Amino acid sequence: MTLRQSSPAPGGASSGRGPEPVWPGPQHAGARRRSPTAGGVVAAVVGVVGELLVTAGVLLGLFVVWQLWWTDVEGDRHQQEIIAGLDWTPPPAPAESAGPSVATRHEEAPPVDAQPAEATVFAQLYVPRWGADYVKPVAEGTDKPTVLDTIGIGHYPDTAMPGDVGNFATAAHRTTYGKPYNRIAELQPGDPVVVRTETTWYVYRVTESKIVAPTQVEVVAPVPGLRAGDPLPELTERYLTMTSCHPMYSARERYIVHGTLDYWAPVSEGTPQELLDAGITFDAAGVE
Amino acid sequence: MYGAIWRLLPGPLWLRVVLAVVLGGAVVAACFEWVYPWLAEYMPFNDTTVGAGG
Repeated sequence: MTLRQSSPAPGGASSGRGPEPVWPGPQHAGARRRSPTAGGVVAAVVGVVGELLVTAGVLLGLFVVWQLWWTDVEGDRHQQEIIAGLDWTPPPAPAESAGPSVATRHEEAPPVDAQPAEATVFAQLYVPRWGADYVKPVAEGTDKPTVLDTIGIGHYPDTAMPGDVGNFATAAHRTTYGKPYNRIAELQPGDPVVVRTETTWYVYRVTESKIVAPTQVEVVAPVPGLRAGDPLPELTERYLTMTSCHPMYSARERYIVHGTLDYWAPVSEGTPQELLDAGITFDAAGVE
Repeated sequence: MYGAIWRLLPGPLWLRVVLAVVLGGAVVAACFEWVYPWLAEYMPFNDTTVGAGG
């Protein structure tokens, strides 16, 4: 009892539970409380910033996964759907005994389709060197979101259509988005590159591969190599040009393949020998 | 941040885990569907054409 009396405290009515705690005063209590709160705010901000940075790192890593893997998954699926959805009449099926119908070589001037509207699929590309199951759609234009990232192969507008004199110039991704020109560097002079429109086969043969700067637009000129301002000669040769990025996963340069038309044939006659040699055959449902 | 989200999630532990997985999946799906295609347009390594369009 003498202790309680010597240290009076507010609310001293309570009794019988040992010494009362001393009230330290409002200012002191405030100062003690503010200090850990300020440190807590800093720690919370640092914590959130750290979590945001970790999140950004994870999302950037996922971007790489998306670019290198998912665009191929989506691109391949979409491009196969386009090929399957074209519903073009297949070349005549192989006869029971006579073997497959082989298209005859036509070397006179081929039929040429009119240039279609932007992003319209008008052709299929077969490249025996790239495997028997390789077939990709070709659409008008080289816009990335509507053609190159989705449909696959794009036709430079205002260059020749397949079979026409001048330069049938195309572009496609070498990596990602279904990568139609992934194996462009494997093409050798003499390799067949076969373009099919709804009615006609155009069999081109590779003549040349080279690496150029992205600014060298003469590769898609009506006569490859013709520079802006040069007089346009009379067009006689029917060129094919394929452009893609180089090196892979970069856009520092462009990989270019040129070819010229070997022959053409109506699809109704059969399948070009070059495709049959590569094991590319057709049944009534289209590509096997 | 993630601690606060976790505390905001309702229900027992298993439901919180399910909700957290769904939320994370939704963020990844949104990135794959919209954010990354938009971002890829500004990346320099996808160009395959010659000429002004790069």
